[in-house]
Amino acid sequence: MAISAIFFLDIKGRIIIFRDYRGDVSPKYAEKFMSKINEMEEAGKLSPVIYDDGVTYLYLQVANLYLLAVTRTNVNACSTLVFLHRVVDVFRHYFQELEEESLRDNFVIVYELLDEVMDFGYPQFTEAKILAEYIKTDAYKMEATVKPPMAVTNAVSWRMEGIRHKKNEVFLDVVESVNLLVSSTGQVVLSEVVGVLKMRAYLSGMPECKLGLNDKVLFESQGRTSKQKAVELEDIKFHQCVRLARFENDRTISFIPPDGAFDLMTYRISQNIKPLIMVECSVEKPSRSRTEYLVKARSQFKERSQANTVEIMLPLPADAISPTMKCTQGSAAYVPEKSALVWTIKSFPGGKEYSLRCHFGLPSVEAEDEGKGKMPPIKVKFEIPFFTVSGVQVRYLKVIEKSGYQALPWVRYITTSGNYEIRMV
Amino acid sequence: MSDGKYFSTTKRGEIHELKEELRSLDRPKKKDAVKKVIAAMTVGKDVSMLFPDVVNCMQTDDLELKKLVYLYLINYAKTQPDLAIMAVNTFVKDSQDPNPLIRALAVRTMGCIRVDKITEYLCDPLQRCLKDDDPYVRKTAAICVAKLYDINPELVEDRGFLDMLREMLSDANPMVVANALAALQEIQELAGSGGKDLLQMTSQTLNKLLAALNECTEWGQVFILDSLAAYDTRDPRDAEKIAERVLPRLQHVNSAVVLSAVKVILRCMDVVALGPGGGEETIKGWSKKMAPPLVTLLASEPEVQYVALRNINLIVQRRPAVLANEVKVFFCKYNDPLYVKMEKLEIMIRLASDKNIDQVLLELKEYAQEVDVDFVRKSVRAIGRCAVALEKATERCINVLLELIQTKVSYVVQEAIIVIKDIFRRYPNQYESIIATLCDNLDSLDEPEAKSSMVWIIGEYAERIDNADELLEAFLETFPEETAMVQLQLLTATVKLFLKKPTESAQKMISAVLSCATNETDNPDLRDRAYIYWRLLSTDPEAAKDVVLAEKPVIADDSSTLDPSLLEQLVSRYLATVAAVYHRPPETFVSRQRMAVTRAEELGSRKFEEDDGATPGTMVSDNNAAAAAGAAAAAAATTVGDLLDLSDASPVPLPPAAAAAATASLATRGLDDLLGGLDLGGSMVPSSIPHVHPAAAAAAAADPFAALANPSPAPTPLGISPAALSQLPVLLANPGGVSVQGRLVRQGGQAVYQLALRNDTLAPVDGLMIQTNRNSFGLSPVSQVLAVSAPGGGAIPPGGLAPVRVPLLVDPSKVTPPPLNTGLQVALRTNQVGVLYFNDTVPLSALTEETGTMEAADFLAAWKALPPEASTRLPLAVPSAEVAKQRLAAANLFVLAHRQVPATGQDAIYATCRITAGGVGQVLLELKFVAGAGGVDVSVKAERQDVAQLVFDGLPAVLLGAA
Repeated sequence: MAISAIFFLDIKGRIIIFRDYRGDVSPKYAEKFMSKINEMEEAGKLSPVIYDDGVTYLYLQVANLYLLAVTRTNVNACSTLVFLHRVVDVFRHYFQELEEESLRDNFVIVYELLDEVMDFGYPQFTEAKILAEYIKTDAYKMEATVKPPMAVTNAVSWRMEGIRHKKNEVFLDVVESVNLLVSSTGQVVLSEVVGVLKMRAYLSGMPECKLGLNDKVLFESQGRTSKQKAVELEDIKFHQCVRLARFENDRTISFIPPDGAFDLMTYRISQNIKPLIMVECSVEKPSRSRTEYLVKARSQFKERSQANTVEIMLPLPADAISPTMKCTQGSAAYVPEKSALVWTIKSFPGGKEYSLRCHFGLPSVEAEDEGKGKMPPIKVKFEIPFFTVSGVQVRYLKVIEKSGYQALPWVRYITTSGNYEIRMV
Repeated sequence: MSDGKYFSTTKRGEIHELKEELRSLDRPKKKDAVKKVIAAMTVGKDVSMLFPDVVNCMQTDDLELKKLVYLYLINYAKTQPDLAIMAVNTFVKDSQDPNPLIRALAVRTMGCIRVDKITEYLCDPLQRCLKDDDPYVRKTAAICVAKLYDINPELVEDRGFLDMLREMLSDANPMVVANALAALQEIQELAGSGGKDLLQMTSQTLNKLLAALNECTEWGQVFILDSLAAYDTRDPRDAEKIAERVLPRLQHVNSAVVLSAVKVILRCMDVVALGPGGGEETIKGWSKKMAPPLVTLLASEPEVQYVALRNINLIVQRRPAVLANEVKVFFCKYNDPLYVKMEKLEIMIRLASDKNIDQVLLELKEYAQEVDVDFVRKSVRAIGRCAVALEKATERCINVLLELIQTKVSYVVQEAIIVIKDIFRRYPNQYESIIATLCDNLDSLDEPEAKSSMVWIIGEYAERIDNADELLEAFLETFPEETAMVQLQLLTATVKLFLKKPTESAQKMISAVLSCATNETDNPDLRDRAYIYWRLLSTDPEAAKDVVLAEKPVIADDSSTLDPSLLEQLVSRYLATVAAVYHRPPETFVSRQRMAVTRAEELGSRKFEEDDGATPGTMVSDNNAAAAAGAAAAAAATTVGDLLDLSDASPVPLPPAAAAAATASLATRGLDDLLGGLDLGGSMVPSSIPHVHPAAAAAAAADPFAALANPSPAPTPLGISPAALSQLPVLLANPGGVSVQGRLVRQGGQAVYQLALRNDTLAPVDGLMIQTNRNSFGLSPVSQVLAVSAPGGGAIPPGGLAPVRVPLLVDPSKVTPPPLNTGLQVALRTNQVGVLYFNDTVPLSALTEETGTMEAADFLAAWKALPPEASTRLPLAVPSAEVAKQRLAAANLFVLAHRQVPATGQDAIYATCRITAGGVGQVLLELKFVAGAGGVDVSVKAERQDVAQLVFDGLPAVLLGAA
């Protein structure tokens, strides 16, 4: 039911620091970990949950570290792995970078934190901001009278009481990222929009907030047939501050926000959308050792919007020789270490088409059998400000606090590329 | 300020210097020294010799220093148990500190110090902290109860901590509720066979938990959801209520909360399905709400995605409707880690349907041209599996495979040929037109599986391939160097060729192959198969044709389908856990069972190793092996179906205990394989092997103890005189140590162990605890603690013989999977001589229930309804049928009828008994006494086939009056 110990290992599998919670899995097992995963990898059976000699290992790799949890019981694997990710978040909050040096340099804090986030192998508390209230990095400022903040055990475990801000402001960014997969024949195989409402709240006291969106389900339940376009949001996920039962009842999004930046909610929309930026690449091979790419990039959104910092990454064969290219807009460069051509366009207004032509050579002797696999897909990155693909709009954001101050809400919209892939022919 | 510098001190005399510094009166210096000690500990240096000096630093109001000292204590208290007591005072003091952080810290740390002597001192502070005003302290104390239980369960029960925990489920603070719940569940699991329902989940507690669910931290929510999934309700209204309250959790941002909520809802679906109308509408509604959150799990971190996908795989098998329209979201992204891609493929295959197959095939074709070889292979296989599963799409699948073969990439071609062979098996005589294309690619075959697939195709369709003989001949050139798999296949294919086209060249080939396979090989499978063919061909070629060219059964794709009962268990009980990731029941990998056993192993490991050279883990893993054997057998069964797997006689590596069982199953399996290879179908199934009865002989030896059945005048707690006591069967002889005598009987409606413990050591022995390993009947002691009634009061004096009565109960969670086995492994723990293990067998009479009789009429009906009986003859000398009847009745085998068979004058007795333990059920018996010969013919009928052996083994002891 619970985790026995947590280890931080370096890239070679040596233990940097560990905390034993139950005393039934000795560090010897952690020392075997590396050879076990090498063995699994060779067999092509590597996964984040592996079993060896009565012990289950659940692990993540972060930068040059392995973060490893071990157990002899049937633990909740999902919870354990999410927990390890949270531990990484907590440590990043404390040390900025999580790496070997930062662990050693802060080993006292590391032990303190490991003692607090988990007890007897049960995850306890992983809210970095609140932990920072009673586990301080600077040892000399520590006073003996530090008490656990009410928040640790409270129903509102994410916010301290008595917060004061001179100016009461809320910033809300609606960020939508588009995941797209286009087949080599130009058909959209998969398209989905993942939206995040990123909030930065600088509000005093214990503010009650209420957020209104143009949510289709809500509009329908209220029998509203306003002219405003409503959006059907699939699978909404909320930050733990949002009252889920209330949302389930009447679709009201009400919450007491944490102080500072957090993700209020995420949602997903999987209706078919036209690729915002479509890239077509035709390949011609005039001779065995010459290849030519003709690439067309087309923006398929309204003309008044504009995509910024568009980056189109075109894969080239690993053994391509001296590629030369020419484009009608922006600039293009060959990046040998990625075996790719990167075409950058600073601003790309809607309804435009640009093109690029690229020649490169190939060695006359063909490498044997190796690399016969397909080329990786074309990847596109972009940002379109003041625009959401889904049409989601924030109708209101009300802030009510008992001291009665007026809070200023600021809302911005932006659409970016997520996993945006177009397969090569 | 960086603490990294503390790691750099590695000069000589360091320890001495540290000692000095620890004793320093200068506080910063002292703190620095403690940090150096901890740094040394972190890099694995032994600094245990500084124990007293470090503990002296404990009394401080510097919280950071205190935490460091506590950390040191946790690490080294075990090695210095006597010195650990030094810390107790400070702990007790700290647990009353005005600062709740310090109170909680003290309780948390004390629980981690696993030294028996300290635990007593832990009780009072713990009791106070459980009632603390501060919820932070209470939530820490709740977990501490579980820690204490792990070290000393009796103490926890005696001090009433369990009741306090239960009360805490009503605590106003949600975090306290969640931790109390986690602690109770842990204890429940440790206590296991205690059988007591610690949670005592009433509708009231249920409501409290559901209320706390809305308010506690994400981790607390996971604890609560996991315990709700374990809550056993049969009431559909209850289930509906729970599910309605849990549904909002699907909106939580934490994937673990979502997956645990999904588990609860799936569990509720099972219950609702039992209700009126099968709850169809409700289930549909919930399924609809569940799909989007499951899809969103795929956007989480790759490790979490992997766990989610393994679980989704189970959900898709159990409730296919939930994600039926979502196949697209499982398409692989180019940068997905390999382990994610592999799992996505599995799910794509499961979700493939006539509606979406075109899309799926386009994707699979794409993957089959990627770079990673393992992924490419699996993608090609996936195409084959779709073809086998979806009849309408087969042609499209084959076309894709043919396109892939054109790529001429060696491993793609080989993989494609392997799956095409499966397609031929599934749809015979439909797609043979493509054989020509396959034959163009023979040169690229270098892997055994691909080769043998191709050879099978050539043999099977020899009449349609013009140059089949030439092709085979080319393969035969390398016959001696091939792997067994290919050799077997070549042999069969050549025979097929010969039977279909008895040309001259075929004749030459067949004689060459047969002589090579019989004379020049060490492989018995190959040799035997060659001999069988040889004999068949030489005696009756027409019969050989019938046999070798018989029609084969149609195959189906079941390569990764789970047993339905396991599937149900994994989905509605273990979703999100490691078991659901492995797709295996927890018994097969959980190596920590009950505390007593683990601890016993820890203590007794040395002795155990000396005794029989086994590792301490054996006892537990043996068990697992038994479970694994079941799985292996199932795996074997599936492979048998596939003709081409028949040469794969190399057994799946099995843990030792399963080996015995596996050997037996392998033996029969080998036989099946062989016959399968001959395409005999079911016509030549070997007749069943006669039963052998070692137990019957053993029973005669047990006879002297029959005398013990009469209670003697001076009763001991067992109801046996001291003299008789020493005559109990010896279970464990240990001259100069502790010996165990005893037997299992049935008393007062339960199985009871009558034990006599002899202490031949020179000191009193106390601290006796007993535990049984998992067994076929789930027998487990009611209490682990042995109440020894010896003059020493709980201790057995040197030279003493103490009788102990150990009632056993039936704990369904400790039942091992079939087949039934009367073996019972027992561990006995003492403070002085560590852990003793002994093996016993469970007599029939200890299992049969007092109320197990039935009406004669019902007996007749049941006799007809049950599957055919198993019979055997037991060579027993029973004085008369009347005596036998008495003895049967004494063992709760109820005699319903007695008649004489007119023709032979034999006495025939009809009896019945019932055994609930291990799910044996009602057993019907017919006993015929063979006049003169002194034997008894026994026939047994029961729901389960493995029951007969149990009765055959157990009956001699009953009939001879040994029980």
